[in-house]
Amino acid sequence: MTRLPKHSTSMVVWLLLLTLPFWMSAIGGYTALGSRVVVLALAAMSLNFLLGFTGVLSFGHAAYFGLGVYGVGLTLKYLLPNTLVGIAVGVLAGTIAAAVVGALIVRLRGVYFAMVTIAFGQVFYFIAYRWNTVTGGDDGLSGWRRVPIELGVTRLDILGNDKAFYYLVLFCFAGAVTAMAGLLASPFGRTLLAIRENERRARFLGIPVDQHIWLSWVTSCMFVSLAGALYALLNNFADPHDLRWDQSGDFVIMAVLGGMRAFWGPLIGAAIFVVLQDYVSSQTENWMSFIGLFFILVVLFFPRGVLGILRRKSAS
Amino acid sequence: MTQLILYNLFNGLIIGAFYALMALGLSLILNLSGVINFAHGGFLAIGGYLAYTLMPHIGFWGALALAPVLTAALGLMVERILIRRLYGRDPLYSLLLTFGLAFMFEDGTRYLWGPATVPFAIPDWLSTPLSSDFFFLTGYRMFMVVLAFVAVLALFLLLNRTRLGIRIRAGTLDLETVSVLGVNVRILRNLNFGLGIYLAGLAGVLAAGMLGLQPTIGSALIMPSFVAIIIGGLGSLPGTLMGGLLIGAASGVVTVFFPSASEAVIYVMMGLVLLVRPRGLLGEEGRF
Repeated sequence: MTRLPKHSTSMVVWLLLLTLPFWMSAIGGYTALGSRVVVLALAAMSLNFLLGFTGVLSFGHAAYFGLGVYGVGLTLKYLLPNTLVGIAVGVLAGTIAAAVVGALIVRLRGVYFAMVTIAFGQVFYFIAYRWNTVTGGDDGLSGWRRVPIELGVTRLDILGNDKAFYYLVLFCFAGAVTAMAGLLASPFGRTLLAIRENERRARFLGIPVDQHIWLSWVTSCMFVSLAGALYALLNNFADPHDLRWDQSGDFVIMAVLGGMRAFWGPLIGAAIFVVLQDYVSSQTENWMSFIGLFFILVVLFFPRGVLGILRRKSAS
Repeated sequence: MTQLILYNLFNGLIIGAFYALMALGLSLILNLSGVINFAHGGFLAIGGYLAYTLMPHIGFWGALALAPVLTAALGLMVERILIRRLYGRDPLYSLLLTFGLAFMFEDGTRYLWGPATVPFAIPDWLSTPLSSDFFFLTGYRMFMVVLAFVAVLALFLLLNRTRLGIRIRAGTLDLETVSVLGVNVRILRNLNFGLGIYLAGLAGVLAAGMLGLQPTIGSALIMPSFVAIIIGGLGSLPGTLMGGLLIGAASGVVTVFFPSASEAVIYVMMGLVLLVRPRGLLGEEGRF
């Protein structure tokens, strides 16, 4: 039985996230690291909407994340200096691409689905990588930055003030996460769980399984491209590696590490992963080996993730 | 112009042969054990680097013979220690584990042999052009084509004529029955994994001579190999072979007219195949 967010757990999570800028520096972090955790947590939770709650394994979510990244970057650089329009373009780009790709792959299952999502993800990587004149190629897209948001009466200085930007990120995160929780609690979400548990039975009950998986895929990709858009704003930079397959793997490991069957699992996974990566890459040049080893250890020893283990303990 | 197209077509076919060698190994492992081996590219790179290290001591031919075998031995070990634990579990876990392995291999080769491209010397008599009109027909390229062809032929003979090969093929259809009939499935899967890695190692040695040897050589070749499998059809080795050659040739020809799309074209082809025939060109209906 999947547990949707209980009120007490959610209260603690929200309280921690709301106060994050005030205690982050006390434990040796910085506000931008907090923003990074929240953005990547949004990406991992979006992936988990599909992976943990629909039971469909996508290994290509970085593509839609990356479309969000480049949507923002290209809009702010060439089109018009408006952060909100940039986010909208990024999300739209990711969602449309996902809708098209989804229609092609929705009939595939299991390991085949995973392989095709990986392969399709690479198309967008090569476009970003090869189209030098527009996307900056391998060097990435720079020469633009996030623009303070005019709210009529006041001005949200997300460029100069890290905390203001953090709260913009948290605001988007809250909206997306609430929407996903609402969807999962709705009949639609329950149907997705039914498909995850027993696809054949769901089909016999007359549920249009392919349509549901397609909708779940597009929803998941839409939120992941929102995460990508925020990620671009966080870095003031669009990196082609944001849409490469290793990034997809990072999202999956975050979800698994935190616990894919728990709503807040990917958030915990993202926090651990981001802090670890930040630390290891500051300590050694061979951080790739450590991250690789970390993947292997997680698979061998923590396949249920942090929350999976905790829940099992509390159940026994 | 014709010459240019021919040149790129030929080049593409050779690259396609690498894709095919790699994809055949991936397919073998996927079909029998249900594992997508992300680390396949890493094994390929290790094969190339082992040959590079061995060559000053035992010469090109010795390295060509020995390096793939050593790579396969490493593969047998990795299967025994790590991959074996994941059979029968959600494919998610084997994907993540081999993904981590791929990271470690790439970083490991970078650590041991350095990040720059290393010179990979092939025998002189192999690198001279055979004809002045068709300057691209060097001995080495012809040699690669022949060797890849022989390797594929040997693989299909092995699978169709030997007891091991027949067991592998039977296992891909119904592993449980094969096990009940008294075949040691653990050893079968182990050997099958080693066979797949051997092909990767062989492709690594050949690719090192043509593309230049650097730590990222594996990750550059693995994605097209996935595409080759998908286009050819999951579960079909002839399909995989065809898929590899097809995308190699297509990307070669596209290079002539539209160089920056040479990578993207194979994914477009994959999209078309999935649209028209989701099981792939030679894939069996309902297998996946």
